[in-house]
Amino acid sequence: KHSASLERTVEPLEYYRRFLKENCRPDGRELGEFRTTTVNVGSIGTADGSSLVKLGNTTVICGIKAEFGAPPTDAPDKGYVVPNVDLSPLCSWKFRSGPPGEEAQVASQFIADVIENSQIIQKEDLCISSGKLAWVLYCDLICLNHDGNILDACTFALLAALKNVQLPEVTINEETALAEVNLKKKSYLNIRTHPVATSFAVFDDTLLIVDPTEEEEHLATGTLTVVMDEEGRLCCLHKPGGSGLTGAKLQDCMSRAVTRHKEVKKLMDEVFKSMKPK
Amino acid sequence: MCSEAMEGAMQTESKIRADSGTDPGPRGPGCSLRHFACEQNLLSRPDGSASFLQGDTSVLAGVYGPAEVKVSKEIFNKATLEVILRPKTGLPGVAEKSRERLIRNTCEAVVLGALHPRTSITVVLQVISDAGSLLACCLNAACMALVDAGVPMRALFCGITCALDSDGTLMLDPTAKQEKEARAVLTFALDSVERKLLMSTTKGLYSDTELQQCLAAAQTASTHVFRFYRESLQRRYSKS
Repeated sequence: KHSASLERTVEPLEYYRRFLKENCRPDGRELGEFRTTTVNVGSIGTADGSSLVKLGNTTVICGIKAEFGAPPTDAPDKGYVVPNVDLSPLCSWKFRSGPPGEEAQVASQFIADVIENSQIIQKEDLCISSGKLAWVLYCDLICLNHDGNILDACTFALLAALKNVQLPEVTINEETALAEVNLKKKSYLNIRTHPVATSFAVFDDTLLIVDPTEEEEHLATGTLTVVMDEEGRLCCLHKPGGSGLTGAKLQDCMSRAVTRHKEVKKLMDEVFKSMKPK
Repeated sequence: MCSEAMEGAMQTESKIRADSGTDPGPRGPGCSLRHFACEQNLLSRPDGSASFLQGDTSVLAGVYGPAEVKVSKEIFNKATLEVILRPKTGLPGVAEKSRERLIRNTCEAVVLGALHPRTSITVVLQVISDAGSLLACCLNAACMALVDAGVPMRALFCGITCALDSDGTLMLDPTAKQEKEARAVLTFALDSVERKLLMSTTKGLYSDTELQQCLAAAQTASTHVFRFYRESLQRRYSKS
């Protein structure tokens, strides 16, 4: 046992290969198995919508605040959804405090793309008064613990938090032209699609493993993230370089993404059903 | 220092339907890339440079390396690759950072970094004009610049953009207008040896079958781009 832990530090790749030969991983998972996923919604009282997602040890919390803003001039009947992923030194030794590093910026851009591509909410639903007033949803995704696969956790946290958001009714007073907010009358957002992300890591140019931990991400030769909605449509195929993949390997990834979508949907339905009597 | 403007259409016009950038015209299924051109070794300071034109989209790339690396960034057993993408106007933002990461990871997959440990290879890309398919043009310019700098690579790579419009018609190398009207825009980077997918980034909604169709079309189109690379380099080295 002493030599195993020594090998893990000194020759991590060889250590890993020994497990991969047996079609499993050091934490006991199979190559296509996800870590235990748990989700908790509505835990932040001060936010309009919130969620906490744990994917094994990776923990991401999402808080959504709705504020007023003027709609963009080129789209006067649309609101804004502004995501921001915060990777602080709290979650991993890799990050320093200060302006967002590259990984945080890439993750923020990825979440913005998923929101845009999947049309998870219709931006027109956020408009209160065309050209004058619209809702701006600030989605803050904070990683509390980074153990790999941050993109899947963030996408799931965002989806759960958006489902949890309740916006108060706003009417524009005709005489004063001011907005009147009725906090007693709140309604949920109309979530049109449920995008779910599935990430893979490529090992030695050939082997694909699902839901990589941080150690696995570091040893991998490439990564791939597939975001799929409930109808099997792809919102995003994010493969930032790394080893090449053939069309057939991509096909395998798609089928795994479909099953993952079912797993996540089931989990979310359970959570929201248990919350209904409020 | 011979700089050669290589008109892609001249050599391969019979195979690629030349299209002027502003007026798309009817495009058939399969290969219908815009007219492209490449010029190498046009900057004197970087170790390698290239300018790649696709229709009206133009990107200038410069490569410095293998060069000295900061101790904080050095990797003990391979070269540290860095990509800087500067937009045509404004300061680089989060979208540029995201694209830089995509281009960097694609280059890292092909560059033989292990031959130059503890060095840095920097690729600087400047967008001259953007008329659609920008990321693909950046990838092509980066590849040509890396070749011009003499950086050892295990394969060449090229960028191909596919657009799917609302009735599912596939368009390769879309113009800015076509990209805006399309339902989905997919950009792939393919390697020259086995046409495997190195990088992919997509915008919009599409189905799994459409993805496979686009990938197949991109693989066919990449043959033309690689042939263009080869002829461009042959012409350059045969004269000198």
